[in-house]
Amino acid sequence: MSGLDQLYQQIILDHSKRPHGVGLEAGEETSHQLNTTCGDEVTLALRRDDAGRVVEVGWTGQGCSISQASASMLAALLEEEPTGMADDELTSLIEEFRTVLRSRGTLELDEERFGDAAALGGASRYVARVKCAMLPWVAAEDLVQRHAARG
Amino acid sequence: MASAPLQQTARRLIDPGRPVAADAYAGRVTSAPLTEAELEGIRAQFPILRTEVHGHPLAYLDSAATAQKPQRVLDAERAFYAEANSAVHRGAHTLAAEATERYEAARRTVADHLGASEHEVVFTGNATEGLNLLATAIGHASTGRGAGADFPVHSLGERDEIVVTELEHHANLIPWQELAARTGARLKVVPVDDNGVIDADAAADVITDRTRILAVAHVSNATGRVSPLDALIAPARAAGALIVLDACQSAPHLALRPAELGVDAAVFSAHKVYGPNGIGVLWGRRELLDALPPHLYGGSAITTVTLEKAHFLPAPARFEPGTPRIAQAIGLAEALRFVDEIGLDRIAASEHALAARLHDGLAGMPGIRVLGGPGADGRVALASIDVDGVHAHDAGQVLDDLGIAVRVGHHCAQPLHRRLGLTASLRISAGVHTTPDEIDRALDAVSGIRSFFGVAGSAA
Ligand SMILES: Cc1ncc(COP(=O)(O)O)c(C=O)c1O
Repeated sequence: MSGLDQLYQQIILDHSKRPHGVGLEAGEETSHQLNTTCGDEVTLALRRDDAGRVVEVGWTGQGCSISQASASMLAALLEEEPTGMADDELTSLIEEFRTVLRSRGTLELDEERFGDAAALGGASRYVARVKCAMLPWVAAEDLVQRHAARG
Repeated sequence: MASAPLQQTARRLIDPGRPVAADAYAGRVTSAPLTEAELEGIRAQFPILRTEVHGHPLAYLDSAATAQKPQRVLDAERAFYAEANSAVHRGAHTLAAEATERYEAARRTVADHLGASEHEVVFTGNATEGLNLLATAIGHASTGRGAGADFPVHSLGERDEIVVTELEHHANLIPWQELAARTGARLKVVPVDDNGVIDADAAADVITDRTRILAVAHVSNATGRVSPLDALIAPARAAGALIVLDACQSAPHLALRPAELGVDAAVFSAHKVYGPNGIGVLWGRRELLDALPPHLYGGSAITTVTLEKAHFLPAPARFEPGTPRIAQAIGLAEALRFVDEIGLDRIAASEHALAARLHDGLAGMPGIRVLGGPGADGRVALASIDVDGVHAHDAGQVLDDLGIAVRVGHHCAQPLHRRLGLTASLRISAGVHTTPDEIDRALDAVSGIRSFFGVAGSAA
């Protein structure tokens, strides 16, 4: 597979065209992230159950297929977790995601853990695109940190 | 579309003595384009052009963002440090005198290049700083305090208006927004039409007898079109306004003679004219510069200083406080010699052929919209495109994979993109070393973008 085909795997194009989790509810807490170099934007919300576990991701955004697919894949990942995720699980997932994306193509994302989002690992070879893939994950991280700060 | 006035503007760009870019940009080439051998010779002077990207020879089509540097520019900077490095205007020893002489010789080279006097050439960090210099100095003049109070001529107040156009680079918008906010003056905008072309007819309504400043790009960095300067300048002149030209995207492509264009000040950045980073030029009519207070304060810009008050040198020293950018100025002078030896008339003739090739190629492509509308007349060799169904960032990746360097994003022209319903576009821009083959490679790559992303065939 060429680098370009690796970056734009069919599953990424599919997610960017038919994204999961699009839509925000009035008044819910969101994190807005903007990639100032290209104008990619994601506004994302983490929805929690009564026990405080994150069970759903909602978002809106615009931008390149990588940033939009990434948000969709994060939403899909939560869809596949029937009982949601605790904040520390989500945090470690985000950290791992970041480590792989910053690895300049030397590390890969584990499909077991990341599901469709594992396909985003191809972006790690394109330094300029890492930020696009990270955008929704940074939004999620921001919300988790805010949640923790409130205690 | 306003292509006729654009051509008239283009025709006026250069002094009549030189059959230069004007005719090329009006589609009537009078100077001979560069021969293949000459182009090869020029390319050989740019070390970076030997680079390979993803296994392909680099096609550098991002000159509008920053130009590559010929070896002689690198050598000139290095020679200064190796042979004459010293503080300028600040010492009596032999090296200091030599450094001062080289720095001032660089200023004379810039002045000659612009058909101007050396008193009218201020070295700045870049074009952004040149525009901020003007806006800040006028802001200081408007406060009626400190040094500003000594230079009241260009002070602004609440009844005054500043006019820009809708397609300006942020560098020629934000300083004026801020100046308006500080002084209470009103910022007004000459709109663009649905293609992103300045609506020259609207200028007469926007520019009134309250207009004190008109700031406009000579050539748009997003559309590549030469602005309809005649239509803008005439009413501004009649109103007695100060006319500021952002010449960033014209300086590399046509012989820039600001005094003949009827403007009062013009700025450009060296790094877009094959010169070094970290230096730019503000050209200003002497009467204007000498009537403005400094924008920054410090040493080298003063006559006498007491503990209470400073008195300032005339321009250009007034606007170059602190240790100046000596090696960079010398590098810039070398870059201007480089373009002048080739001849901007011939560069323009060659680039016009590239512009035609580029725009003709794009015109027939389904799903491709060109910012500023189709056609190469009145335009430098630059095209920003929107690829239907594909984000600019993704589109640019396809070109990068083929070793073709282009710019994606809003090109610091967010209001223009917003007006056209876009957030970003993909910009192809040529330079003196660009070959027809490189343009063809880019066109070929662009034509494959939509099928790569599986959107070809969907409604454009
Ligand atoms: C039209 C225009 N104006 C101003 C600028 C700002 O130039 P610089 O970033 O070198 O200050 C640019 C370049 O980015 C430009 O294209």
